[in-house]
Amino acid sequence: MLTLSGVTKRYPTGDRALTDIELTLPKGQVMALIGPSGAGKSTLIRCVNRLVEPTQGSIRLEETEITRLSGNALRQARRSMGMIFQEYALVDRLTVMENVLSGRLGYVGFWRSFLRRYPQDAVTEAFRLLERVGLPHAIDKRADALSGGQRQRVGIARALLQSPKLLLVDEPTASLDPKTSRQIMRLIRELCAERGLAAIINIHDVTLAQQFADRIVGLRAGEIVFDGLPSELTSEILTTIYGEEDWDTTPEPMDDDVSDDSISHPPYAREVPGLAAGGAR
Amino acid sequence: MSELAQTSLEARMQAARKGQWRRLPLIDDPRWRWGIAVGVVVYVVLAFASVDVNWARVAEGAGRAVNFLSAFMQPDFVSRQKDIVAGLLESLTMTLTSTVLGVLLAIPVGLGAARNISPLPVYLVCRAIIAVSRTFQEIIIAILFVVMFGFGPLAGMITLAFATIGFMAKLLAEDIEDLDWRQVEAVRATGASWWQTMNHAVQPQVMPRLIGLSVYRLDINFRESAVIGIVGAGGIGATLNTSLSRYEYDTSAAILLIIIAIVLLCEYSSSHVRRWTQ
Amino acid sequence: MPVSLTTQGLPVWKRRTTRAQWLQYVAWLLGISLFLICWKVISDNTMWVFVEDAGRQGADLLSRMLPPKWAYANVLWKPMWDTLNIATLGTVFGIMMAFPVAFLAARNTTPHPLVRSAALMVIVSSRSINSLIWAMLLVTILGPGVLAGIIAIALRSIGFVGKLLYEAIEEIHPTPVEAISATGASRMQVMNYGVLPQIMPAFAGISVYRWDINIRESTVLGLVGAGGIGLQLNASINNLAWDQVSVIFIMIFATVLVSEWISARVRHAII
Repeated sequence: MLTLSGVTKRYPTGDRALTDIELTLPKGQVMALIGPSGAGKSTLIRCVNRLVEPTQGSIRLEETEITRLSGNALRQARRSMGMIFQEYALVDRLTVMENVLSGRLGYVGFWRSFLRRYPQDAVTEAFRLLERVGLPHAIDKRADALSGGQRQRVGIARALLQSPKLLLVDEPTASLDPKTSRQIMRLIRELCAERGLAAIINIHDVTLAQQFADRIVGLRAGEIVFDGLPSELTSEILTTIYGEEDWDTTPEPMDDDVSDDSISHPPYAREVPGLAAGGAR
Repeated sequence: MSELAQTSLEARMQAARKGQWRRLPLIDDPRWRWGIAVGVVVYVVLAFASVDVNWARVAEGAGRAVNFLSAFMQPDFVSRQKDIVAGLLESLTMTLTSTVLGVLLAIPVGLGAARNISPLPVYLVCRAIIAVSRTFQEIIIAILFVVMFGFGPLAGMITLAFATIGFMAKLLAEDIEDLDWRQVEAVRATGASWWQTMNHAVQPQVMPRLIGLSVYRLDINFRESAVIGIVGAGGIGATLNTSLSRYEYDTSAAILLIIIAIVLLCEYSSSHVRRWTQ
Repeated sequence: MPVSLTTQGLPVWKRRTTRAQWLQYVAWLLGISLFLICWKVISDNTMWVFVEDAGRQGADLLSRMLPPKWAYANVLWKPMWDTLNIATLGTVFGIMMAFPVAFLAARNTTPHPLVRSAALMVIVSSRSINSLIWAMLLVTILGPGVLAGIIAIALRSIGFVGKLLYEAIEEIHPTPVEAISATGASRMQVMNYGVLPQIMPAFAGISVYRWDINIRESTVLGLVGAGGIGLQLNASINNLAWDQVSVIFIMIFATVLVSEWISARVRHAII
């Protein structure tokens, strides 16, 4: 359903964030994208909906070539890709309902959205989604009055109101505690199953990725170094992706640096030469 | 949450389930909402009604507007060059001296107007000075000083210095009022006198902002020096006023462009100075 | 903070190095000489005879101003109303023009760098020119009256509001904007949902603050004929009716204090 071929991103500073990415995502598959900070995970996700412009390569969503779209056509393509953010990215001063309804912006005209006169079915659906994520009582609360987990739920409802075919999820749990993280991942997983959505989930937490994804792709220094089932992810492969570490005694990599939207120099570049098993397909 | 709010939330949830949803109004009470809206409309109507425009005069002025715009295309820096240079020099000297004097005088006033370091009577006197200096436009003060000191840049300088005192002292006092009190106590604990406390605990905390504000005030004083000339307090404003009343729009345009350029320069360098002091 | 050794080998602490110390002396010397030169220019252009007389003049002025001629206050209600209108309507028009300019001038919302420079140019010219000068120009064009005052205040407000507003726009969080763009929203919708809610408090605060400043400025616009209480002030000064002038001063003082209080209250409520 989503096909990336030869996708490369080079920032104006000269840093290469992504090199020649080849990736195919079938319908309904939940894929976890793991890798160290600065490996290009966020860049990859943002290239798909063109929040970041890829330098080269083609990205096809079903039959549409996304890299060549502009204006209205790009808006329509973005509509079919819901995005969920690390810091929730809600508009703090709007109410929860307004935040959820903003998922419909791609469908309504400017004046309708300006006057908040959304069509009846959009409102019904928005409320149903809020009930689904467990926040029907919060409709009139301001987004900044919610806790982290609640905000992420609102973010999920907003993404789903777009009626997307694909979910792009950028570090959904990085700002949440372990319990809430699991709840959020389970919710995303369930919603994908209910609606037959494909999803790309950037995630730092390898354990969560193994538990909730159908497939895991490992990214290092802008290249795919692993692509396989969660069960195939061994300590050797983790070493390939993240660098040397005693993986068996510390199952979760401790990665404090949550932001990796700008490409920095991968810390282990010189230590591990070459690609390991399960490399790019 | 009160019971009323609870029921209205329930109602809104029911409505949203059926697809009915409106944005929450900004003001809860409908009486207030409508009252304010009506009040605004009434005010706007009354205000516009009190603006009487002499359209014949406006039509006559339109020609001058065109003249003025075309003068901006061809500003004349040359024919009144001597006046312009003299006015500019006066403005710049006024700006500099008044800022220096104003800041120096503002420091004691500012210290006096900070509630946490000065006794009540001093505080009240200093706050009164600040209030008077800030309320009246520079030009009003200039009128008084021109009457007292005669025409010329001295009156202008004193005016600007007076206005600077109000501006700087207020900000300085606010700064001192929310400075980090622990540092002051630490210095006091060493047995330092009042002066030593000022020098070692207050001054280092306030200094960077004081310098930044002085540079900013320098910029304001230059702009103001361009106006107080209108009432005879010297500077480029006088030159501008004369050129306008003589209908020499090309000279006026030149003066305005010079003012804009100097303000730009000031702003550019002041942002540098502020970055450098921080 | 250098520590050096004296000839006896004892460490001596000085605040600055010798070189830095010298540089500082030179800077002070230059600064003071510049100040003295400026002072010389001013004193050359001053008639010191008048200045020696200043104390007597001041005392004379004060004695003429006191007591204020309170009855004159009745004449002042209409000009005061005009002054308020000049400030309020001027602020409203100024804000309406400043709003789009700010969006064009902010680095993250401008459609094109060239448009940005043009918008910045508008802001700078409006800021550099005092409202009194704007009023002088407009009075020659439109004729004396409240209209010239309103437009002068509006033109001056564009720069002030525009500058503060575009700085606020540049400081917004980028992620909500990104999120709204990701939903497929149009440019205007991104502004409306992603940017506008974030700058609304700053915008309201800036507007009220400017209104407060404009009240102050509109009290003097009459000096050049642009309506309001300044007209009365000018007339009273020309007639040397200082007891009327003091009434006007008291009214201005009261109005400005009230407007400052309102503005502070509103800004406090917003933040």
